[in-house]
Amino acid sequence: MSARPPTGESKTERPTPDPSIDSKPYWDGLKERRLLLQQCGNCDLVRHYPRPMCAACHSLEVRWIESSRQGRLHSWTEVHHPFVPALRDEIPYVMATVELEEGVRLQCQMLGAEADALMLDLPVEIVFREVQDGLVLPFVRIV
Amino acid sequence: MAASLNGRAAVVGVGETAYLRGSDRSALALQLEASLKAIEDAGLEPKDIDGLLPYASGAAVAEDFITNFGLEDVTFSATTPMGGASCVAAIQAAAIAVATGLCRNVLLPIGRRGYSDSRVASRVAAMPQFHVVSEFETPSGTIAPAQLYAPMARRHMELYGTTADQFAEVAVTMRRHAMLNDNAIMQKAMTVEDHHASRMICDPYRLFDCCLESDGGAAVVISGAERAADTRRPVPILGVAEGHPDSPSVITQRPDITRLGLAKAAPRAFGMAGVGPEDVDVAEVYDCFTWTVICQLEDLGFCPKGEGGSFVEGGRIGLDGALPVNTHGGLLSQAHIVGMNHVCELVKQMRGEAGRAQVAGAEIGLVTGYGDLGDGSLAIMGAAA
Repeated sequence: MSARPPTGESKTERPTPDPSIDSKPYWDGLKERRLLLQQCGNCDLVRHYPRPMCAACHSLEVRWIESSRQGRLHSWTEVHHPFVPALRDEIPYVMATVELEEGVRLQCQMLGAEADALMLDLPVEIVFREVQDGLVLPFVRIV
Repeated sequence: MAASLNGRAAVVGVGETAYLRGSDRSALALQLEASLKAIEDAGLEPKDIDGLLPYASGAAVAEDFITNFGLEDVTFSATTPMGGASCVAAIQAAAIAVATGLCRNVLLPIGRRGYSDSRVASRVAAMPQFHVVSEFETPSGTIAPAQLYAPMARRHMELYGTTADQFAEVAVTMRRHAMLNDNAIMQKAMTVEDHHASRMICDPYRLFDCCLESDGGAAVVISGAERAADTRRPVPILGVAEGHPDSPSVITQRPDITRLGLAKAAPRAFGMAGVGPEDVDVAEVYDCFTWTVICQLEDLGFCPKGEGGSFVEGGRIGLDGALPVNTHGGLLSQAHIVGMNHVCELVKQMRGEAGRAQVAGAEIGLVTGYGDLGDGSLAIMGAAA
């Protein structure tokens, strides 16, 4: 077999978001340690992740509401392979899919979790951490 | 209801390069080689190609084939950007094009250096369909498909009791099939214990639950039914469909994260073909991960939701079982050619040319695609006349 060629794992830094006009309020909210969700300005349906249109009534009117940050565990994976070097020091870490009280979900890293202790519908809450200068991300922990 | 494509088109040629870990050829050269083989297999010449459906997320565009083959009048080109569902979705687009007379012979090529060049973490980030994941989930630490798809498998395990032993059954069966195939990369026998001992990538996926990264090219040619009759050994397309899951660009928001776009495509394709799952003799099922096979068998209708794990037990998906799956070894043990290798294998099965992995008397077969966070595609083919 030939020598292993260079891999595509060339990113040395944590991937960072590139907010759009539609999502900027969400990212600005995180900087203030608030979890903001879009609510349709016409039919009041809450949606996530941020996008321009309500799929139910097709309104482009949006208002931003603050989430209670309370939710339940919908699923998870415990990551053992870092995929990018920036996350090598963090493995193993748990990525959790959280269903918020508001009815939408988000995916974030879990703090202090033992994968063996996890089960569906476990009560959890969203907290915030500044992972690098100017980038605050939602994390989740067991309540 | 849409006009049926049943019997309106056929796969007339297949071509594959050697599948390798490490190739000295470019991704374009690999698919040109495979394309030439497919065209020759059909008994055609490059100048007969007037339709092009290159892989949407790949290294080559229609113009590359026009240039390299010197094609004078291509009348139809398109792409079907559905990740791993692209190749089978392209069969639907090709069938429409030849059935309407828009063109005569459509080439569906793919070539990649998945081992030597673009590895998975960077490849996904470059796909425009992943922009929602890239913005909202990747910064938190979800980088690769294994991480995106693992929570689907985990929830399935928690809800339905699906087990790692059942995942292993898929991996071990694919390996056994690969060992019958001279053009399969993995040739070392695998046991259930080997599977369980392989390192954890992201729970519940171990290394042996994950597909290979490979270099190679594959291609098929699709022609209209009348024209196909003049080719060497046409394989009729009986039914074909694509399906997009709810919340197609992000799994997290999907009402049921254990249900794929294939669940929408399957009734359409089976209905078009006029057959049901019970009629299928051989199934080439997109196997980027072991659980993905289990889930697709459910969404295809071979068993109810939640029973895919027990369905694959006891040798059922082996060559001697009731439903042989991935007779070539699949993405897990043959090579990752984005499922065009699955299409080629089904055509060989329907021609009776699948060598040591031939399913005796196969009359009806299917091939699925799965990708892009849950898109699905399905083609059902009949035995060559």
